[in-house]
Parts: sequence; structure tokens; C-alpha cells
Amino acid sequence: MVDVAFGPEPGKKPATPAAAYLHDLRRKRLYGGLLLIFFVASMASGFLVAQERNAGDFLDGLQRLGDFPSEVFAEAWDKRGNLPGLMWAAVPSLIETVNIALASTLIGALVAAFLSLLMTRGIARWPRLIPVLRRVTDAFRALPEIVIALMLIYILGGGAVPAMIAIALHTTGALGKLFSEVAENADLKPIEGLSSVGATWGQQMWFGVIPQVAPNWLSYALLRFEINVRASAILGFVGAGGIGYELKIAMQWGGGRYDQVVAIFLVLFLTIVVIDRLSDRGREKLVTGR
Amino acid sequence: MTATFAQPAAATAPILSAMRRRRLAALAVPAVILAYFAYIFVSFDIAGLAQRARMDNAAILLADFVSHKVHVSRDNRSGTLVSAIEGEAKGTYPDGTHPDWVTVEPSRTVIDLGGGHVVTYDEAGARYDVPGYGLIDIRPEGGGLHLTAPEPLPDWINASGNRVTVTTDAGRFTYTRSKVETFRYFAGWELFFFTLDSPYHGKGALALLGGLMTGERIDPARANIIGMAEDFWNNRMWRHGDVAWAIFETILMAFLGTFGAAIISLPLAFLAARNFNLLAPVRFALRRVFDFVRGVDGLIWTIILSRAFGPGPMTGALAILITDIGSFGKTFSEALENIDEKQVEGVRSTGATAFQRARFGVIPQVTPVLLSQVLYYLESNTRSATVVGAIVGGGIGLMLTQAIQTQKDWEEVAYYMVLIILMVMLMDSFSGWLRRKLIKGE
Repeated sequence: MVDVAFGPEPGKKPATPAAAYLHDLRRKRLYGGLLLIFFVASMASGFLVAQERNAGDFLDGLQRLGDFPSEVFAEAWDKRGNLPGLMWAAVPSLIETVNIALASTLIGALVAAFLSLLMTRGIARWPRLIPVLRRVTDAFRALPEIVIALMLIYILGGGAVPAMIAIALHTTGALGKLFSEVAENADLKPIEGLSSVGATWGQQMWFGVIPQVAPNWLSYALLRFEINVRASAILGFVGAGGIGYELKIAMQWGGGRYDQVVAIFLVLFLTIVVIDRLSDRGREKLVTGR
Repeated sequence: MTATFAQPAAATAPILSAMRRRRLAALAVPAVILAYFAYIFVSFDIAGLAQRARMDNAAILLADFVSHKVHVSRDNRSGTLVSAIEGEAKGTYPDGTHPDWVTVEPSRTVIDLGGGHVVTYDEAGARYDVPGYGLIDIRPEGGGLHLTAPEPLPDWINASGNRVTVTTDAGRFTYTRSKVETFRYFAGWELFFFTLDSPYHGKGALALLGGLMTGERIDPARANIIGMAEDFWNNRMWRHGDVAWAIFETILMAFLGTFGAAIISLPLAFLAARNFNLLAPVRFALRRVFDFVRGVDGLIWTIILSRAFGPGPMTGALAILITDIGSFGKTFSEALENIDEKQVEGVRSTGATAFQRARFGVIPQVTPVLLSQVLYYLESNTRSATVVGAIVGGGIGLMLTQAIQTQKDWEEVAYYMVLIILMVMLMDSFSGWLRRKLIKGE
């Protein structure tokens, strides 16, 4: 009743539900509007800054966007007879790229599996290590593959191994976090049961936790494999072997070898699509059990 | 009890055989993995890698990460003596000045490497006194160099007719006919705050902090705090200003690419969702477009775009944008297909148009899913932007690859690596914070 006499206190919500609703709505709209204005402004100014720092102009570039692909495809079309042979010739380097991805995913996943058990609350062997291991995996995850790869190329020389190590390190970081999130949701009762019969920590993990988390872990590892195939193609482009390197060499040659560019491109595209499909199917099967 | 064991023997047989199969599978998986690693070992020639590996390069790299060296070199023909940090023009001591462990006398120069190691340059040649070994004396004779040192020569002295190199714990000494050079190593990164030409160099952290606001002006033209900030920001050796700008550029690429892709793919996702677009051919075509864009891979988009737009951050942003349209289009349209139709129904009953139904019936439902997806990509794209930047030539990725390719500025590589890790971690926690704020409304 005091409100009726003196009006609502400043900052207090109006009394009737309708007024309160409208008040909330207005505030929400105001915040939403401000956020939108801020967002649009930062997008626009960011775009202008990026364009100013760029060598070419956006609108000019848009017109030239089709030039390079059409030049490449026109030449490849003229020499379309070469394509099957060139595609076949690209297969060994493709296998190297896929091997880099597969080996690094396997190594990364195995290390990540071990680390994730050590950094999950409730099942860790040494709980004091949890924060340390988390920071370490955070750092592994934050480091782009290219940094490690380029430094290793300096030490080990060009080739597949620097790329493999670089991707494996990043994979360890990325999967370690995801694996540990899965393990956090694992049921602890099997561990209790196992420890009551005197199982060691390793046995508790192997028989109590791994069977619970295996499907999700595998599904994450498959997704990572997809990502790593792309990453290993990109690392090849900076000198770490595989099909990316072949592509770079062919591109640097410029006109005259565009048929090879298209052949490599087609092989890479088909591989990525096939691997995506297979891993999609595999993950669905793992997660839904069908 | 015996009855319960004996009786279901027939029933346990399939279970036992299933167990056997599983045990076999449990053994087969490690065996396959092991076999694959053996294949990789051969295929990647890891055995040969041990020979090809340049462990000296690794030592240089690791030493450079945490230490720096000062070159004291004399031109044997003109006799000019120069001290330079890392041997770079930017780190050269001003004319006639040298570090305090170098004593310059009219006819000779004495370099104290610490721990009793003393190098002397004189008119006849140069001498290096190594404690516990003896005096290494080098003087040019005729067309070559004459070395006098206690025999037998240890393996840390590398001598040929034209060149003598001595490597010890205290430093490194090289004599050729044209030049004599001594390196002394120090812990830490050189000139990280101020270069030699700055009046604030070598003043000591406490003295500088104490005189930050008050105290006598070290450089009479500028207030201390402004002068220090300017000299730090424009440090020619480390280029802090340029590095900060490059980091900003990298984040800008990720930001423009991610949100640009989200804005473009949202309407496309409506067209590709079964419950919003009844034209199956359009849906099918759009889905294949998404698949194509994703399948072509960021690398190829980056190459095509940098041909059209030239090097720079906008090209990088567009490459991220195009690659992400494929991923966003797919996940957004899946999210749209999984919405609860009841809300749309409710909005429809008030006579809302299709746009209003989408705005008030659909968007509020899918916002949390889409937003968390977009923010997740923002974080991961910050990392990709480093790689894309290295290819298109923009941002911290470019600076990093340039520093790596010079093969000597490893301390800068270490600096950029630390900054990249911090940047990605920052974006990670920022996107996590934003996600909690926007979705859960905390």
C-alpha cells in the first residue's frame, strides 16, 4: 500500500504482472538492441579494417573470384585425358597424408585416454596432479599444429614425422579434455565394486571405466581423425610431406600443370568426403548402438 | 548347488563362446594397432630419422629459447671492433662503446668470458686462454692460419687451414682470415623491454618503477612513463606494437569469419530444413552445397581466395567464412529439424506470418544450440586463423612463420608461441563465459 501512496521505489519492479512483464520486455529489448548495435558496428568496422590491411579490394576480388578456378579447370578440361593417370600418381602421397592423420590420431588418443583418467575428479590416481595435467593439456590444445611442425622441420628435416608429432600433440590436448568430460559422467559403482575385491587402479580403470566410456571415446576419436586428415593436408602445404606438399609444388609451377592440381584436388576431395561419410556412420553406430 | 551349475550348461555355452570371442577381439585390437605402428615405423623411415635429425639445430633452438648471445667481432683487415647483441644491426652497441666485460686498449682488446676464460685480440692475431687446458694462440701466416695449442687438440677445437673454431661452456670463438668473432651467452631474452638506443636501457627494474610517475626525467623531453611506454612499444628488436596488432588481426579474422558464416548460413539452414522448406530438390541441392564446401577443405578455399583477393587478413577471414558455412549449414539445419513444433503451432494460431513464426516460434528454441556452436567455432577458429594467416599472409601466423624461416630468431618464436597459447586460452575462456552468460543467463 505504501507503493500506491508514494509510487514504486526507483529500481523496483512495478506491481501488476502485466506492467512487470512489459518492463522486463522493454529492458530485454533494450539490451538486445544494444548488443545488436554493438555487434553490427564491430562486424562492419572489423571488415573495414581487414579490407584496408588487405592487398586486394573486396569488390574487385569478388569479380576475380572465378578467374583462377576457371583458368585451372579450363586447362584441366583440355588435358582431361591425363587426369586418371595423374590421380593415380597422387595416391602414394595421399596415403602418406592419411597415414599421418591416422598415426597421430592413434597416438594422441592413446595418450589422451591415459591422461584423461588421471585428470578426472573421482577416479584420478593422484588427485593432486589434476590441475597440473589440465593446464598441460590446455597448452597442448592451444598450440596450433603449424608451430610445432615448423620447428620440428628445422630439427628433423621435412617429411611426415614432424607433421605426425605436431598433430599428435594437438590431438592429445583436444581429446584429453573431451575424454575427461566423458569419464566424469561415468558411473563410479563398478570402481567401488572392483576396489572392494582388491583390484589395482589399473584394473579398476580397465574393467570399471573403459567399458563405460569406450563408445563415446571412439566416437570423439573418429571425429578427430576427420579433422586430422584436413590438418595433415594443410601441414603438407607448409612443407611436411603428403598430398599438401604435392599440391603446393604443382601450384607453384603455375600454368601448364593445372591438370595435376585438379587431379590432386579431386583425390583429396573424394577422400575427405568418403572419410567424413564413414566416420559419420561409425559415430552414429557407436552412440546409438545401432 | 551342483544342480544349478550342471543344469544350465547348455545355456552357458553361447555366453562362454561370446566371452571367448570378446577376449579374442580384446587381444586383436592391440595387435592390429601394434602392427600398424610397425608399418608406420617402416613407412615413415623413423630408423633413418635418427641420422637425419640435426641435434645441433635442436641445441641451438633450445638455447636460443632461453638465452641470447653477444658478438664481439673484429674485422681483421680494417681492425674495426663491433659489439652487437645477437649480431644484429638493431642490437649493435653505439660507436666506440662495448659491454663492460670487454676492455679496449689501443693495441689490444681483452674479452672476459667469465670463469677464467679470457680472449685477447691483438695486432698479431688472437689468443684464447682456457682454464685447465692452456693457451690457444692463432696468428695469420702467409695464406693460412697458424695455431699453437697444447697437443693433442681436443674435439671442441675445430681447426682447418682457414678457420679455427673453439666452443666451450663459456662461449664460442671463431677465427677466419677476414674476421675474428667471440660469442658470450647470457640467460634471458635480450633487450626485451628497451633497445640499446633507448635512454631507459640498462637502468634496472626497481629504479625505473620507482621513477615511473615521479622522479627525475631520464629523457628530458618526455615524462618517464610516456617515454618508457613509447620505447617499449616501438622496440625495434621485438616490435611489440606490431605483434599486438598481428594478434588483433588474427582474432579479427576468426571473429569476422565465424560470425559472417553464422549470419549467412542461418537463412540457408532454413531453406535446407525439412520442416521449413517443402521443396525437396532445393533442400537436396543446398545440402550437397554444404557437403561440397566442407569437403573442399579450408586449404583449397584459402588458396583460391588468396589468388582473388591478394594476401591479407580479409582473405583469411573469407577463407574461414566459406569453410564454416558448410559446417554451420549442416548443424543449423539439423537443429532446425529437431525443434518442438508446438511453439510454432501456438504462434501460428495467433495469425502470425511465416517470418513471425520463425522469429517468435523457432529462433528462441534454437538460439542456445546455435550460439554454443558458433562460440565453440570462434575459439577453434582463432587457432585456425594462425595457420590460415601463415598461408594468406596476415596476423601472428605470418610473423611466426617468418621468424621460423630466418632460422635464428628462435627467442621471437618462443615469444610468439607463448602469446598464441595465451590468445587461444583467452578466447577459450571468453567464449565459455559468453556462452554461460547468453545461454544460461547467469
